[in-house]
Amino acid sequence: MNIDHNILTIITFTPLAGAIVLTLLPDRDKLQQWGALAVTLLTFLFTLHLPFHFDHTAAATAFQFEQNLPWITSPAIRYHVGVDGLSMWFVVLTGLLAPLGVLISWRAIDSRRRLFYVLFLLQQVAMLGIFVSLDLFLYYAFWELSLVPMALLIATFGRTENRRRAAIKFFLYTFIPSAMLLVAMLWLYTRTGTFDYPQLAALAATHGISGNTAALWLASLAFLAAFAVKVPVFPLHGWLADAVSEAPTAAVMVIAGKLGLYSILRFSFGIFPGQSHRIAPLMLALGAIGIVYGALLALVQKDLKRLAAFGTLGHVSVVILGIFAFTVSGIDGGIYQALNEGIGGSALFMLLGLLYERYRTYDMREYGGLAANLPWVVTMFVLTALSVTGLPMLNGFVGEFLVFSGTMQSAIAHHIGWTTLATTGVILTASYMLWMIQKVFYGELGPRSESITAPDLSAREHLALWPLVALFLFMGIASPIFMKAINTAGTRIAETVNHSQGTTVNFEAASSHSDHTDMTTTSSATKGAR
Amino acid sequence: MPASYLWLIPLLPFAGFLINGTLGRRMPRQLVSAVALIPTFASACLWVWLWFTMKAADAPESIHSTITLFGNNWIQISGFHADFTFTVDHLTLIMLGVVTCVGFLIHLYSVGYMAHEEGYWRFFAYLNLFMFFMLVLVLSANFLLLFVGWEGVGLASYLLIGFYFKKDSAANAGKKAFIVNRIGDFGFLLAMFLLIAHFGSLDFSTVFSSIQQHPDWQGGFLTAIALLLVVGATGKSAQIPLYVWLPDAMEGPTPVSALIHAATMVTAGIYMVARTHTIFDRSPYALGVVAVIGAATALFAACIGMVQHDIKRVLAYSTVSQLGYMFLACGVGAYTAGIFHLLTHAFFKALLFLAAGSVIHALSGEQDMRLMGGLRKRIPVTFWTMTMGVFAIAGIPPLAGFFSKDEILFHAFQTSKLLWLVGLITAGMTSFYMFRLWFKTFFGESRFDEQHAGEHAHDPGQGHDGHGVHESPLVMTLPLTVLALLSIIGGWVGVPAVMGGHDEIGEFLAPVFSNGTAAAETASHGLELGLAAVSVLVALLGFFIAYVLYCKKPLTAASYAAKFPALYRIVENKFYIDEIYQALIVTPLLMFSRLILGTLFDGGVVNGSGYAAGASARGLGTLARKIQSGNIRSYAGWLALGAAAVIAVMIFGRSIWLR
Repeated sequence: MNIDHNILTIITFTPLAGAIVLTLLPDRDKLQQWGALAVTLLTFLFTLHLPFHFDHTAAATAFQFEQNLPWITSPAIRYHVGVDGLSMWFVVLTGLLAPLGVLISWRAIDSRRRLFYVLFLLQQVAMLGIFVSLDLFLYYAFWELSLVPMALLIATFGRTENRRRAAIKFFLYTFIPSAMLLVAMLWLYTRTGTFDYPQLAALAATHGISGNTAALWLASLAFLAAFAVKVPVFPLHGWLADAVSEAPTAAVMVIAGKLGLYSILRFSFGIFPGQSHRIAPLMLALGAIGIVYGALLALVQKDLKRLAAFGTLGHVSVVILGIFAFTVSGIDGGIYQALNEGIGGSALFMLLGLLYERYRTYDMREYGGLAANLPWVVTMFVLTALSVTGLPMLNGFVGEFLVFSGTMQSAIAHHIGWTTLATTGVILTASYMLWMIQKVFYGELGPRSESITAPDLSAREHLALWPLVALFLFMGIASPIFMKAINTAGTRIAETVNHSQGTTVNFEAASSHSDHTDMTTTSSATKGAR
Repeated sequence: MPASYLWLIPLLPFAGFLINGTLGRRMPRQLVSAVALIPTFASACLWVWLWFTMKAADAPESIHSTITLFGNNWIQISGFHADFTFTVDHLTLIMLGVVTCVGFLIHLYSVGYMAHEEGYWRFFAYLNLFMFFMLVLVLSANFLLLFVGWEGVGLASYLLIGFYFKKDSAANAGKKAFIVNRIGDFGFLLAMFLLIAHFGSLDFSTVFSSIQQHPDWQGGFLTAIALLLVVGATGKSAQIPLYVWLPDAMEGPTPVSALIHAATMVTAGIYMVARTHTIFDRSPYALGVVAVIGAATALFAACIGMVQHDIKRVLAYSTVSQLGYMFLACGVGAYTAGIFHLLTHAFFKALLFLAAGSVIHALSGEQDMRLMGGLRKRIPVTFWTMTMGVFAIAGIPPLAGFFSKDEILFHAFQTSKLLWLVGLITAGMTSFYMFRLWFKTFFGESRFDEQHAGEHAHDPGQGHDGHGVHESPLVMTLPLTVLALLSIIGGWVGVPAVMGGHDEIGEFLAPVFSNGTAAAETASHGLELGLAAVSVLVALLGFFIAYVLYCKKPLTAASYAAKFPALYRIVENKFYIDEIYQALIVTPLLMFSRLILGTLFDGGVVNGSGYAAGASARGLGTLARKIQSGNIRSYAGWLALGAAAVIAVMIFGRSIWLR
């Protein structure tokens, strides 16, 4: 039986079915944990179907594993799902992180487990739905759904009494722009009569979306703003530090980054290529500033989770910088870096979470000297820090390097200055990461680490961390395995956006490794007639 | 040796790292030593084989080997790719020899030196990791793979400096080394981005051949790339303004100082400049910068080295100073002389550090020269081997340092008299501070208190008590002897024709630097001999002053210092450079981040605007407050209501929205 046409539906709704089953199971012993683990593992197995059956030659033009069924005739809403090189690895990553999230919550969540795991699974449904939806309305339903379980997870399972405030902040920040996103989508529908993404993208590519320039511009801004808040892009990150420091580990792992970044790449660039190009100088600036700003603020935090939150701001800013450079290298690197952020960030938050489980604090000053007692924890921590810092042979380097070199080749205004500023991030990131490691693990024992004797990693924690650590290394040395699919999307996006501007980008065929002496990438930026 | 075996050279030590790193904790020490030493020795043997292959009459100038992992190269996107490609030419061959042979000797020495340390397995695992990355660095055929080694040795250095991580000073020094090196990497990365933008490739062969095909490219973007590469090199090779990490790096165990912070890793910057000389040759400006940085660093570090009391710190500043010489050589286009000095320096500086380690070992961890003295008779092997090292670095003929330093000074003279003069003064100071160290350690009265031996132990494992001042075991003195021999004869491969030699190293490296060093031959032989005589005289002068001040009348030095208290204090405190960096860069940056960015901007503007938006949407706020009751059913109701509203708008709302 060929399941290619149903696989995305199966992937997306397995966690939903699992959530329903969990509500029926009693909250007793470890029943909820085992149930959630089984469901998420099953989902992950299904997602693995995608890379093994992905057709890289067809990927340049077409969506794969497509399913396109009529849902509502008027307005024309369809159940249309599919993936391409852009979304495939995001789906797999979402599949992978879920069972790890369950493992790391195993003991950390010890009351109202049923509520926790049901919300957790619903959150996964929403994320998977976002990545596979090719109908704007369907997409929007999942997008809205993604806000709710997260807000509830923060409000219910937050660490301190600030949890409600943090949840409201998160919800308002993301909900208000989402309302504008809805308006813009509806406007688009009235203009084109369709919610279907491939149709809209095709129309956009031929300047086929009618409407005056100002209206299109406003609609594109509504899209971008909604996504940028979710990423978050500097300076729209007001919700991030509070939400991150309150939310339970499993929720923090997926709170930032990939949903918003994917949406920009798919919908902002796909439907509004010209407008995206027009706003690129600003976004390039915000990306570069965000990198430095996030790292500098991380450097002066005393709370480990707030430190990691500002670090996250810096890392997602790398992606913003890369994708708005509109070069293949920048976009490929940006997508890769978005995956890296999901992997490295998750590992970091998991490690912080298991320190908290042991010592009940995120205050750095309480720690110190743990390296001798927790050799495995410190090993994992250092590896994660090196991945995040962008050490070559680990995953972070491949993405970061491609992003920065892609920005250097960009045709966007002031790209050299912004690349230079952004590259100082490699110094600052190393600074706060090593600072954190030293404060927590080296030197004398701190007040808390002295009074509590805690065990090293348990088997369950090993199980939760090793897949990510293995990916650091594997994605660092064998990047083409992943990049093959990503590059089809990156090349297409760069072409679409630059084409909309009349900018030409010439590529030397990557396969020819002869001694070409010419400059390979010549970008002549000529403003499209407007 | 077939080219396809090249990858074995770095991968063998990596295997050692994997085994010791994962299983070492549970293995006996002999097994850990074997796992670490055998692959290193095997790499050295492979190098010998490679040497004979490359020296064969019909051997090519260079050989290449590309590895694929899972059928892929490393990075592959439209328009750019980077591969795991190794290449060997004569320059690589010299570097490989230094790294594998000196590396093996230091591994051997460490078996004795680290015998009493906790974390023995961890030490050898890191050491092998370092070997892996260093070998990748010298074997790489493109900038990106070189950068892999570059960053990797930095990581190994970070781990080894912070080996005694319970000590704050060690943890701080490791962190400082990594971060300061990252500042250099910032330049290196930007250079690579520019290379990609201009050449579309990071392969050495592609970039260099395309420069050679365009004689019209002078300066311009090549200067920018060269200067950014210099930033990288100043970090790794501890030059002004980024040298500050190297003296602190002495917090690591002494064999680490010998291997990483003297013989191999810190020369990576010089290797990189020599490797990319095609770029530098097109930019006289960048070369000038290299020469000036080198000369200034040589002099400056030698100044500080003259008044340090910690035996390892003297050697650290000496290393910075000698690296300055190599930089100077590259800057005046004498790449061969630079690499020659790199080679001899690897011998005598590794020797000096290991001998110093042997002294420290003998004194149960004492490093302060004020508490040494009179050790000549008590640790004779250490004394004699170290003597060879001291004479070699001081530039006394016919030891190794004389020939290589003289070569550099000769080329500097032809470029600029001022650079030569700075180099000459530095040579005198070098001779002075090395003989000062020699006299203070081995001659005069013993100032060591054997009753309290081990109390000031710097490296915890050296503080083992019990057996007073003692000579080191054979496993440590054997490498010392070999290195002492190399420090004597190592310079004979570069004896210039005027002194009856054949300058073998110049001929050997000629295919690599073919277009850079031809000018030197035009100078008169008389001049060359005259300059050599002057530098010998200066070295003897340094010896004489040190003899008078620290051996003949040991109290006069202090009285001279007392005459210039302010000046002495400034130099003794290393010109307060660390404090100045702290006050001018680190503190302001942290204050700016904490107050302006953190409190004012993030607290005020970012959050303030967030709250303002929230307050203006009070209605939504009320809604949210109801939602966060945690009751799913009530939210489901809201969601349904919202969806209904949306559909209603879609069906009836067209006219409202648009017309």
